[in-house]
Amino acid sequence: MNKLTQTEGLYRTEFEHDACGVGFVADVKGEKSHQQIVDALVMLENMEHRGACGCDPDSGDGAGIMFQIPHQFLWDECISLDILLKEPGHYGVGMAFLPKEEEAHARCRAIIEAAAIDRGFDFLGFREVPVNPEGIGVTALSVEPSIVQFFVDRPRDIKTTEDFERKLYVLRRLIVQEIKKTQQEIQEHFYVTSLSCQTIVYKGQLTTAQVRSYFTDLHDERVVSAFGLVHSRFSTNTFPSWKLAQPFRFVAHNGEINTLTGNLNWFYAGMESLVSPYFSEEEMEILLPVIDKGQSDSACLDNVAELLMHCGRSLPHVMLMMVPEAWDGNTQMDPIKKAFYEFHATLVEPWDGPAALCFTNGKMIGAMLDRNGLRPLRYSITSDDRVVVASETGALPLNEELVIKKGRLQPGKIFLIDMEKGEISSDETVKAELANKQPYADWLDQYKIRLDDLAEPRVTFTYLAKESVFRYQQTFGYSREDIQDILIPMALEGKEPIGAMGTDVPLAVLSNQAQHLSSYFKQYFAQVTNPPIDPIRERLVMSLATFIGNGGNIVDENKMHCHCVALEHPVLTSKELEKLRSIDTGVFQAKTLQTYFRADETPGALEDGLTRLCRYAEDAVKDGFEVIILSDRAIDSQHAAIPSLLAVSAVHHHLIKTGHRGSVGLVVEAGDVWEVHHFACLLAFGATAINPYLALASIRTLREQETIDTDLKWADLKKNYVKSICAGLLKIFSKMGISTLQSYHGAQIFEILGINKEVVDRYFCGAVSRIGGLGLDEIAKEVLIKHRRGFTSSRSKSHLLPEGGLYSWRRRGESHLFNPETVHLLQKACRTNDYETYKAYSATISQQSDKYYTLRNILEFAYHRPAVPLEEVEPIESIMKRFATGAMSFGSISHEAHSTLAIAMNRIGGKSNTGEGGEDEIRYEKLENGDSMRSAIKQIASARFGVTSHYLSQADELQIKMAQGAKPGEGGQLPGHKVDDWIAKVRHSTPGVGLISPPPHHDIYSIEDLKQLIFDLKNANRAARINVKLVSKAGVGTIAAGVAKAHADVILIAGYDGGTGASPISSIKHAGLPWELGLAEAHQTLVKNRLRSRVVLQADGQMKTAKDIAIATLLGAEEWGVATAALVAGGCIMMRKCHLNTCPVGVATQDPELRKLFTGQPDHIVNLFQFIAEELREIMASLGFRTINEMVGKAQFLKRKEEISHWKIDRLDLSDVLYVAHDADPKALYNTEVQDHEMDSILDWELLKQAQSSLESKTPVFGTFDLKNTDRTIGTLLSNEVSKVYGSEGLPDNTINYKFTGYAGQSFGAFAAKGLSFELEGEANDYVGKGLSGAQLAIYPRKESVYNASENIIIGNVALYGATSGRLFVRGQAGERFAVRNSGATAVVEGLGDHGCEYMTGGRVLVLGETGRNFAAGMSGGIAWIYDVSGTFHERCNGEMVDLEKLDTQDETEIISLLKKHIHLTGSDLATHLLDHWQDVKPFFIKVFPREYKQVLLAKSLVNN
Amino acid sequence: MEFERKAPEKEIVADRLKHSGEFVKPLTDDELNRQAARCMDCGIPFCHSGCPLGNVIPEFNDAVYKGKWEEAYEILSSTNNFPEFTGRICPAPCESACVLGINRSPVSIEEIEKHIAEIAYKKGYAKARPVLISSGKSVAIVGSGPAGLAAAAQLSKAGHQVTVFERDDKPGGLLRYGIPDFKLDKWVIDRKIRIMEEEGVNFICNTEVGKDVTAKDLNAFDAVVLAGGSTIPRDLPIPGRDAKGVHFAMDFLKQQNKRVGNSTFDDEDILATNKHVVVIGGGDTGSDCVGTSNRHGAKSVTQFELMFQPPVSRTEAMPWPTYPMLLKTTTSHEEGCERYWSVNTKEFIADENGKLKALKVVDLEWEKDKLGRPVKFTEIEGSEREIPCELVLLAMGFLHPQHEGLLNQLGLEYDPRGNVKAQEGSYQTSADKIFVAGDMRRGQSLVVWAISEGRECARKVDEFLMGVSELETKDALPVV
Repeated sequence: MNKLTQTEGLYRTEFEHDACGVGFVADVKGEKSHQQIVDALVMLENMEHRGACGCDPDSGDGAGIMFQIPHQFLWDECISLDILLKEPGHYGVGMAFLPKEEEAHARCRAIIEAAAIDRGFDFLGFREVPVNPEGIGVTALSVEPSIVQFFVDRPRDIKTTEDFERKLYVLRRLIVQEIKKTQQEIQEHFYVTSLSCQTIVYKGQLTTAQVRSYFTDLHDERVVSAFGLVHSRFSTNTFPSWKLAQPFRFVAHNGEINTLTGNLNWFYAGMESLVSPYFSEEEMEILLPVIDKGQSDSACLDNVAELLMHCGRSLPHVMLMMVPEAWDGNTQMDPIKKAFYEFHATLVEPWDGPAALCFTNGKMIGAMLDRNGLRPLRYSITSDDRVVVASETGALPLNEELVIKKGRLQPGKIFLIDMEKGEISSDETVKAELANKQPYADWLDQYKIRLDDLAEPRVTFTYLAKESVFRYQQTFGYSREDIQDILIPMALEGKEPIGAMGTDVPLAVLSNQAQHLSSYFKQYFAQVTNPPIDPIRERLVMSLATFIGNGGNIVDENKMHCHCVALEHPVLTSKELEKLRSIDTGVFQAKTLQTYFRADETPGALEDGLTRLCRYAEDAVKDGFEVIILSDRAIDSQHAAIPSLLAVSAVHHHLIKTGHRGSVGLVVEAGDVWEVHHFACLLAFGATAINPYLALASIRTLREQETIDTDLKWADLKKNYVKSICAGLLKIFSKMGISTLQSYHGAQIFEILGINKEVVDRYFCGAVSRIGGLGLDEIAKEVLIKHRRGFTSSRSKSHLLPEGGLYSWRRRGESHLFNPETVHLLQKACRTNDYETYKAYSATISQQSDKYYTLRNILEFAYHRPAVPLEEVEPIESIMKRFATGAMSFGSISHEAHSTLAIAMNRIGGKSNTGEGGEDEIRYEKLENGDSMRSAIKQIASARFGVTSHYLSQADELQIKMAQGAKPGEGGQLPGHKVDDWIAKVRHSTPGVGLISPPPHHDIYSIEDLKQLIFDLKNANRAARINVKLVSKAGVGTIAAGVAKAHADVILIAGYDGGTGASPISSIKHAGLPWELGLAEAHQTLVKNRLRSRVVLQADGQMKTAKDIAIATLLGAEEWGVATAALVAGGCIMMRKCHLNTCPVGVATQDPELRKLFTGQPDHIVNLFQFIAEELREIMASLGFRTINEMVGKAQFLKRKEEISHWKIDRLDLSDVLYVAHDADPKALYNTEVQDHEMDSILDWELLKQAQSSLESKTPVFGTFDLKNTDRTIGTLLSNEVSKVYGSEGLPDNTINYKFTGYAGQSFGAFAAKGLSFELEGEANDYVGKGLSGAQLAIYPRKESVYNASENIIIGNVALYGATSGRLFVRGQAGERFAVRNSGATAVVEGLGDHGCEYMTGGRVLVLGETGRNFAAGMSGGIAWIYDVSGTFHERCNGEMVDLEKLDTQDETEIISLLKKHIHLTGSDLATHLLDHWQDVKPFFIKVFPREYKQVLLAKSLVNN
Repeated sequence: MEFERKAPEKEIVADRLKHSGEFVKPLTDDELNRQAARCMDCGIPFCHSGCPLGNVIPEFNDAVYKGKWEEAYEILSSTNNFPEFTGRICPAPCESACVLGINRSPVSIEEIEKHIAEIAYKKGYAKARPVLISSGKSVAIVGSGPAGLAAAAQLSKAGHQVTVFERDDKPGGLLRYGIPDFKLDKWVIDRKIRIMEEEGVNFICNTEVGKDVTAKDLNAFDAVVLAGGSTIPRDLPIPGRDAKGVHFAMDFLKQQNKRVGNSTFDDEDILATNKHVVVIGGGDTGSDCVGTSNRHGAKSVTQFELMFQPPVSRTEAMPWPTYPMLLKTTTSHEEGCERYWSVNTKEFIADENGKLKALKVVDLEWEKDKLGRPVKFTEIEGSEREIPCELVLLAMGFLHPQHEGLLNQLGLEYDPRGNVKAQEGSYQTSADKIFVAGDMRRGQSLVVWAISEGRECARKVDEFLMGVSELETKDALPVV
């Protein structure tokens, strides 16, 4: 039998993710009918494409339905089993998965029965749930449980349904605990899906269509309910699991809780103080720990929501408390509502992450979105009291004549139906009611502590004198680079410094230099399963607010909860810290603890120090202190500082374990905190606030000594520094998709690389650390090396800090793979075509005896078979086809450098990559000598620069950049001065106007979205492979499995260290992992899931020699990317100044003079790849491989280098990396299959068929078609055919004229080319006109509908994303993020959601109604006009880059012409009205004009006149 | 690039020939700032790698650019004890490696270095910094050339009592008596020696160890550093070698330096005045002979070189950032000299008094490989001729240190080239507590290399004496 908790190799079950389709149908008045069940199942089936299936197409990832207990049906069924049920609500129904094996099954039944009796219930009996396993996949069947229902009677003394539910809750927990206690071997196969007197859940590892066929109960007409709530799951794995299916007992969730580790820790931290009048002490014991281990994030959320609800809060109250909207910093929010949120923020941190939640307790049913609103939820209300809510509109076709409202859930909003009262409550009503339940604002006013209000400090720590600053800097490991490149830029500019060209220094654990402890911690980031956020342009959802003090008992509601110190951000100045140290409110005091250990190098000294610290901390809590300050100021020659990260995490986890953490705030006062990564680590491992006293003192001293040359005062410099730390923190949170500090706090979203299990398990509990590493004594050793610098009575005292050498090469600093010697050898070899010199280069890179940079450096080949003659190994020509260069955009590097790479790759049959900046069409033409400058790989990145139908059609491979090694999870910016005419043309933007790349793809917020984009791109060019680029991180294997299931053809695993452009230096260094880990994990997980043969695995990141390539192959890659080395071969000398446009060798510059200095030749690059391929052949021959394919994934041919003896490296364990994933079929270990893209029966084939004459002779055609929501990506394949024939020119306007009726699925008109004219009568889902490339789309409601179109939602989110040209007319409103990154399309719409026109760089948008918040954020070009009838638009517009102006005559002309066209195409009443009353309405129009764009236009008109 | 490289002004030839001192004028503050601004703060500063001392060039350039002289001096002196020497006479491999040099003229690093040092003296940053804590150990250093001086400065900084033995009358070795004043004025050396003395270094001159002091006497010291240089010149054993007027370059230069420095010497004067002078050897020493001869008032100066004329710009065989062997025209050449390449000297021809009157030379044909590197030569038939001359200066380099005396007394092992054997990186000779640094160990080389050897050797001595050392070293130290 398969076990679930497989942890061989690098795979861990906790890495799994899921995402989904979700929805419900309900009757507002609570009328029950079988139709609700039928409809809910139809809805579920129509969201099949949002789920997934694995290697075995008949095994779904899970689907299910929750509905009200069908009393009549069960009564009838039970009577035949001799079970007599009482009246409805007076008996509880349990639904459980039991093992099939008879004996175990019987034991489980006995335990259930005994538990019920133990809790005082009459146990009524069991009913086997009849199932029909026909058609269920083998994977699912292999662990199919036996599903039973059981029934218990309501005891007489229980008076209310709520009380009965509480008792049933306790019973369910008891059953689970008993099974866990006594039946360990079967606990994986036991699960109670529901136990309630009101609701019941039918679910399993099924596809959406199988729910209906599997559970025959559901066919019975007697199965009636007032609602049906459904969920279909898309999981990143394919391991069989029935219990992970949703809905859970109260909640069905689409999305992901990124902050789960922190949420769980905080929950456990407060567990000791859980006391509720609703449960006896004994019952509370049974409930604890409330959350079961090994569940999904959604299940944990369900567990906590359940507890909070049973302890007396209403379901909506619980949901708003756990998933609050963005309140901090929202100046327009009602103060009463804000107080509600703030009060609850002192109690519980948000469960953060993308979340569309549907929830019910059987009487109420509702839905909500998290603050970011990144998952879609559309709803319809009908005149016959029905409500339909689903991820997609049209999932349940409705009689349109009855629909009175079409809407969507908005970010942070809730929607509630009270079926007992028969009412629908709006967001405002629900929240107003809750906010007024208690005088939250008064409580806050009275008890909240503000730093500014605190008295001056009673005592203060000695000011760190100037002389001490230098000593402390030495002691805590400052280098000259830290001062020059980190502190000074932050203090001067308030921004994080930028670097370039990746990182090629040793991993912390391989370095010969004493490291900062945080260098062993690698930041996590979001990719695929959840999106990163833009912390700058979407600042409104972000919050750094935090509270220091006692969190208290979360099941209780007590005004003293908010008696804590409120901070706007977690960085404390030294004065603020002193105030906090002196605080005494009568109930609130602080205790300072010294974090030191003996500096005499005795083993165990650090451990002793930590043990003492934890003991003192526990005592301090017991003594009633609310704040513990961990301070390392009092160090001396004999006592060294415990690294603050270790100190805080040790105390944090000790207090969690002892149940005290919830009662105290942890403040860090530390000298080893200066860069943003240090702060992030501390916060993620438990610090509540941080005082970086030494960083501040350093800046002060630099100012006093005039080392910083500036007019700024010390106070300004301090402010700048704190500001840049805060901005940096937001960026780090946001790259993980986390919006608030409170959620990030304690969330531990780092992977540890190089610290051993004992230390991690004890002090960083729950963090991932997979290759072992340092123990406490080694950590102490690194501290003491630095400590000695500051505290020895030196005979030869230096006046300088060490050089550093991380960001620039320094002889005495950290070593670099690319150094003067290796750069020189490589360039010489490639220029003179000298293989011997190349061999000298490769030997220098790979065989340095005393320096290790990468994990592969400590590996060597293990020879298991006789060598084969070199001539029998496959030739370099076939090997070179597997090479690709990196994704570097034209814009980041010069045309010369870019096209030289392309020519070289085309010559050898490899692939070059456009990067994200588009590609000039002139490069599609072959050169006279037969060379081609066309990049085989076209990248699709978040900004979609130049991504048109034609661009996509010109590719052999389409690469979706989910993340990049240098800065995974972050966006980018091309400053205006770099956007010259040429770049602007290629990127479809305006010369001189800056361009922003958003952190997320706005059409990929989850795995099912990625699946959709892959489908879109496959439609846009079905001959091209679809490549998904991921960055190595813990869990990338499960993501890769998900991506394979989403039908990618190629998966690229990039190392953290690669990167050729500019990035913030903290990201280059601290985010992501080496590819060795990610690649090995991906390969192992794909093989395990039997998905490996469906995809090509590619790896890149600092690949420099054939040895790197050979190791990548043995770890599972059959293709490889080489970027930096190729650039170096072409002349790059690693200036690391790519962002300054000053590249002295013409590579990374657009300066025409500097570009002339580029001397690289395609031959140089060809030589490089020939050398690598030749050297690879030699390695293959020596290992006994004739082909690459037979070599893929044979990790047994690698072993750890034996001769290494190094105090750090000795402690590494790479056995998980070298774990060999086996499959009996050798063809299952590398790409041997073609993905089925499910395009055989798409509607576009029909569209294409009817358009043949147009394609051949440009003759206009007309056609009509019906659409349902499963018809996705309409017109994209057709456009591909147009582009193939007519290029970017397309066809004349209105050549292919199609009319559609119904509900369009996602991506209606995506990448639709010029000449297409589509009309849609009905509605559309997300991504309408994405990448629009010249077509015209018009959308209006069904003729028979009765609602007012302009007040209802007609199209979904993210319409016109990345559109480059064309027109869109929408009669009705659009969802969030309308026209994001539009660079040329024109649109008319009658209202839209939040973040409209974000990052827009061109085009025109006319909005005839209200917009949501944050309109025009990051909008640098184009024009929008808003009909602002309420006069409040300015409150919702993000004014950072745009001006609001009145219309000029040219605007008027354009608007009038658009209105006319809108009326003509959609019949809009609103437009007709406006046109009829133009003079009256004109004053209400506002022009949104980007400032930079305006200046450029102005300058241009001056030139022209 | 906003600014171009600008060389400092020099006195015109006629004027500078009238005196024996330096003739390069300092750059203005503004110009210096502009020159420093040309530095690009490279991700890989090849200059820093090209410098044998590991000077952190981008950092001091930045400090100069910002006008932070003290900081610049701190950075520079953390890798180099004698920037005032190297700023004047180093062939500047750093500049050959400068990234700007790929397609423009490199940053004038050496000039900047000299200014940092001079300004540091002017502003008082360069001053004695006696150590407060003495180690109680004593070290003898034999030889006061750049290697010996660097070792002395470093060991003194580490708190050891340092005694430097010099057989000549003043410290400085080749710096003092090998390099003419017009390149390195001797007050520059005196100034530094004074500071070293203030820091506690004890200089004992006119004392040849192995003669005046025996090897045994060195036992009194806790450690000994041999830094006597590579002093045995390469000879030209051809017919007529004993003709009067054939001298080793170093004898000629040393005499001149003593003359200028008002020291006395016993040997007969070697003067170029009114003579036709031929310098054999095309290197820096040869060039120094040319400059000195012109200052003596030679009738003519001719320089012969065995090798063919080097190219004027880089070839494939010497790509950036390697130190290229290019045609180099020194200031001495500017002052008047005929130069010939591919010339082999066959015979010294003396007159009846045994006095040199001419030189028999022959032109050579060089065979090169495809990258232009020499393979072998053949004499060109019929090209043999006589060159009239009265003074020949042999400037063909040095073979190895002097074995007789101290080295043999100590019974040290030699390497195959005759240098004192010790591993680079350890500097320990085959004898207990005896270390060796500089040309005596590595063979003839550059002054920067000698300084580097002295510094690195000092660290090893410090480690030997104390177990650990905190003296700087040019490469990263592994944490163990």
